[in-house]
Amino acid sequence: MGRPIIEVENLSKRYRLGTIGVTSLRETFNRWWDGVRKRSASAEAKDFWALQNISFAVQPGEVVGVIGRNGAGKSTLLKILSRITEPTAGRAVIRGRIASLLEVGTGFHPELTGRENIYLNGAILGMMRADIKKKLDEIVAFAEVDQFIDTPVKRYSSGMYVRLAFAVAAHLEPEVLIVDEVLAVGDSAFQKKCLGKMSDVAKHGRTVLFVSHNMTAVTSLCERVICLAGGRVVMEGPTARVTEQYLSAMVTHSATWQRPDGTPPQPDFCFMHARVTNSRGETCSIFDSDRSPTIEVDYVVKRALSDAIVTARLENSQGIPVFEVGDTDALGVTGRPREAGTYRGVFSVPAHFLSPGLYSITVGSGVLGRMAFEVIANVVAFEILPAKCVQSVEKRSPGITSPLFPWQTQRIA
Amino acid sequence: MSDIADPQKEIVIEATHGWRFIAWRELHEYRDLLWLLVWRDIAVRYKQTVLGPLWYIVQPILTTAVFMVIFSRVARIPTDGVPSSLFYLSGLLLWNYFSQTFQSTAGTLTNNISLFGKVYFPRLIVPLSAVISNLIGVAIQLGLFAVIFAIEKAGLRGASFGLTSAAWLLPLVFAEVALFSFGIGLWLAALTAKFRDFTVLAGFFVQLFMYASPVIYPLNRVPARWYFLAALNPLTYPLEALRHMLLGANEPPAYLGILSLGLTAVALVSGLIVFQKVEKNFIDVI
Repeated sequence: MGRPIIEVENLSKRYRLGTIGVTSLRETFNRWWDGVRKRSASAEAKDFWALQNISFAVQPGEVVGVIGRNGAGKSTLLKILSRITEPTAGRAVIRGRIASLLEVGTGFHPELTGRENIYLNGAILGMMRADIKKKLDEIVAFAEVDQFIDTPVKRYSSGMYVRLAFAVAAHLEPEVLIVDEVLAVGDSAFQKKCLGKMSDVAKHGRTVLFVSHNMTAVTSLCERVICLAGGRVVMEGPTARVTEQYLSAMVTHSATWQRPDGTPPQPDFCFMHARVTNSRGETCSIFDSDRSPTIEVDYVVKRALSDAIVTARLENSQGIPVFEVGDTDALGVTGRPREAGTYRGVFSVPAHFLSPGLYSITVGSGVLGRMAFEVIANVVAFEILPAKCVQSVEKRSPGITSPLFPWQTQRIA
Repeated sequence: MSDIADPQKEIVIEATHGWRFIAWRELHEYRDLLWLLVWRDIAVRYKQTVLGPLWYIVQPILTTAVFMVIFSRVARIPTDGVPSSLFYLSGLLLWNYFSQTFQSTAGTLTNNISLFGKVYFPRLIVPLSAVISNLIGVAIQLGLFAVIFAIEKAGLRGASFGLTSAAWLLPLVFAEVALFSFGIGLWLAALTAKFRDFTVLAGFFVQLFMYASPVIYPLNRVPARWYFLAALNPLTYPLEALRHMLLGANEPPAYLGILSLGLTAVALVSGLIVFQKVEKNFIDVI
């Protein structure tokens, strides 16, 4: 098959945590002054490698999925491949035209009509006007917006807007198409159509790099999957094998966690122990939907902290965050001082709230907006079983939670 | 997509070090986008306002009227022997083009974060499109100028003004101003991407800079000891040259023109370098 169409060699990307979001001269000056007074090593410690020596190759015509949790480096990889930002080290070679659907509808102007936006958006995505003209009818038909093509898109429903945007992007016919989560939008019928279009694209010998949390979509589209974690490629291979391992990695997470011996202790703050318990205080990893899982986190504060918050994020099995809570939220503040000592933080997830499925907890601590002491991803996990009494057990209700609300119904006329 | 089977179409993505200059080939590939953005700028301006293109005329008329009252009647600043209405209007014609082009170029990165964060295309296309689309306003205002010109000629007071043979060089004057505003606009765009302070500064700068340029006064009224400052302002020569061409006002000395061109070249080249250095990773710091 000759040379790969995408060749990624030792690609790395560093973010300087300290310099993200510099917005005023004063801040920059303060930082510079801090840097002058302290040793420069502290600046080094704030570096964050979103990608570390990523290497892989994709052959023409392959449809490759990229999976991984939030923060695994997927978006950074896509941003580099679609040339939105540059890598810090390493290189990538793409032999052909590349188009990315990082988010559809970029560059749409609300005042312009559907037709005008097709031209504009097409050109932004790298098409020539003549090509757009040739495909115009096809795009309009695909988007199902025929009657509204000369209406300003500000009058479109969000569904029409997304359909039109995807239609333009889908008709780009690049050699490499990068797709990120576009399928999260639109109704399910249109999602199917998009998936169909993407397989078409692949059948015509084009290459697709598909980044998604949606394992069903990944499984149905991709032949091969690359799994990222912590900015590295941790698994690569046939879709079935990698997705299975990826999902089962979630399952093997246990309901308790103990800080392993020998892990480098943090200077100020250290998570020691975490577990999920039931109402009797016993460690438990499986809950009926009418039970309330309690999360318990023990940590050591080594020296008095003037301001700190401990947070817990709950993610479902697709890596989608359900919520993130901080231990000072209820106090109406973003942190509070803590003396040195050992602490235990406890909170309960209400019963009748989560949909059936696997969940994992990520704990973190730090000073809000300034620094993180420690973050431990997926420290504990638990499973919610489907409700017994609710009729629609088979038909899972849409939405990432399934709260049970006591409706009050009365006849009013 | 004619270039789809082009085996040379190989994109290498790696960290760029040092300076880059303009990727002409890439800009050429995106020429359709350039024209579509020019067209969008004009179409949107037309669609969003009630008066549409009339605004191009209303604004200079009102400003000229205010200038005539304040600077001509009250402050009694002479207008180089030409009717004050035409004097101010000609100055504004060029000044408005400068300030609009400068400000839209300066906002290139900060106003397009969501677009630049999702799609790649040569970033320079966006400010270039503003340079071109702002010329529409110039064309309309030149028309207005012609009308006022005819009125003043008919009402004639001495009629000591008129087009000179150099008037055909007018496009060159605008070309220079375009390049200058583009150059310093790129500087500001790069700076605002890092420090938002400069957004405020840009608006402020344009306001004050007008008083430092011969828009409301002729160059020959500048005191000798401040003359070197006026000479170092790259807009001095274009403003004076424009009035010479259209109204027969005093011809500015040629060395001013050479100086102005030199400074424009410096602003343009350095602006391009700085902008392209910031542009490649600005999405990470914004």
